[in-house]
Amino acid sequence: MSGPALVAHQFRYDQKAFWRNPAAVFFTVGFPVILLLIFATVFGDQTIDVRGGIDTTAYYVPAIITLAVISATMQNLAMTLVIAREDGRLKRGRGTPMPAWVFIAGRIGNSIVLALIMLALVAALGRVLYGVAIPWAQLPEIVVVLVVGAAAFCCLGIALTAVIPSQDAAAPIVNALLLPLYFLSGVFIPEDELPQGVTDFANHFPVRDFFQAFFDAYIPGGASGMDWGNLAVVAIWGVAGLLLAIRYFRWTPRGG
Amino acid sequence: MPEPVISIRGLRKSYGDFEAVRGIDLDVQAGEVFAFLGPNGAGKTTTVEILEGYRKRSGGEVAVLGEDPEQAGRAWRERIGIVLQSCRLDPYLTVRESLGLYAGYYRAPRPVEETIELVGLGAKADARTGSLSGGQQRRLDVGMALAGDPELLFLDEPTTGFDPSARRQAWDVIEGLRDLGKTVFLTTHYMDEAQRLADRAAIIAAGEIVASGAPGELGDRESLPTTIRYRLSGEEVSVETRTPVTDLHELTGRVVAEGLDLEGLEVTRPSLEDVYLSLTSESGEDER
Repeated sequence: MSGPALVAHQFRYDQKAFWRNPAAVFFTVGFPVILLLIFATVFGDQTIDVRGGIDTTAYYVPAIITLAVISATMQNLAMTLVIAREDGRLKRGRGTPMPAWVFIAGRIGNSIVLALIMLALVAALGRVLYGVAIPWAQLPEIVVVLVVGAAAFCCLGIALTAVIPSQDAAAPIVNALLLPLYFLSGVFIPEDELPQGVTDFANHFPVRDFFQAFFDAYIPGGASGMDWGNLAVVAIWGVAGLLLAIRYFRWTPRGG
Repeated sequence: MPEPVISIRGLRKSYGDFEAVRGIDLDVQAGEVFAFLGPNGAGKTTTVEILEGYRKRSGGEVAVLGEDPEQAGRAWRERIGIVLQSCRLDPYLTVRESLGLYAGYYRAPRPVEETIELVGLGAKADARTGSLSGGQQRRLDVGMALAGDPELLFLDEPTTGFDPSARRQAWDVIEGLRDLGKTVFLTTHYMDEAQRLADRAAIIAAGEIVASGAPGELGDRESLPTTIRYRLSGEEVSVETRTPVTDLHELTGRVVAEGLDLEGLEVTRPSLEDVYLSLTSESGEDER
């Protein structure tokens, strides 16, 4: 098989295995949906002081899509790759003629498709349950931001595996990194409630940049249209992640 | 004589100060089932992983299918199959899917249905691998190594930790490979496994080869003394001899002539296990 055909082959099996894994499906698909329902219910019909005032629900739809994308990519890859590595499956795959990049490309493709599915799902729920308009006119920008962000967070997730020593450590390490950043970056708590110092701190990390880029694309009406600077920062993080992954990613189990 | 499938000369491997493999020589011919025997920590897995291209050697020459595994590429990987010492399969794929996934990595794979039959998992073809027993998972593991229809198969301790019936089934699968004409490089610490499966075997202990040959002749078993034991007039007698036939003839002739009887007469050759234990214990304790 040629390279692209091999990637498609790998992707097909990755999709199968993903949808049959209840834990992965719950955290990637179910959890963001539950968060959307909780935030929309708790903060109800308030108005958030950004863009001259928008509904809470309109704020949380792009926020939760941001979280879902990071969850489908960085979190999902970091956890499943560490499990596969410690099980010996990565090592075993390296013993076949399949080139290493095919395997990684299949996994990244799997994550990006999941991210796109989550975009559609959360956007549709926002529209149906809370009447948050789907910004069709912005669709090209939305997809570009989402795909670039998804690819960048895939690279960061793959790089992160290098510091995760065991299967048991995967979830705690990933959550310890991401959960605080969701709070500090305005994903969980609307940013008009956050002190300036907090968002300044969060600006040093890519969750904040990706959220801002995606928010810009999803909720038009920013002063100067789409600001691509945030997305560029996300892309730079992604490239850094890629370089670290190439240097430090390991195929063999750490525990043996 | 045709070029050997595996050729090793003076292979060495060190981890820091510890020398795991201390200069070994080996040849494996096409179509052979070769058993690489030794206790845990003797250097078996280090050696086999050097042959598979997973580890770099510290010294010596290695050729597998005519290529240096450290340099070998995709075309070489098309021709080998690997079963690692421990590998958990993707629990969410079925037997058929796991084999289909691996078959897709190769240019000229073996048909999946054929592989399923070969490893005896016909009844489990649509079961998720997570629901298989340990023995069944191991046979699927062997099946995945066969997915690309390789010429050479590496099996690293394929039956360690198995119950007797699972071992027997695994052995049947490996014997089937011989019938297909595959070359098999098998590591094991079970003497009976080598005896049952291998055409030739080598014993490694503390990084050195201490014996090699056909399993029946390992460690010069032919030349070791035979023990004759019996009771005569209530007295236990045990004699070690290198000429058991003449000795026995003389002994029984004398006893019959005198009208006596030999109670509990036993003639024992050293078992392969005895040879193995004496060879591997001489060369030091379990290291690493």
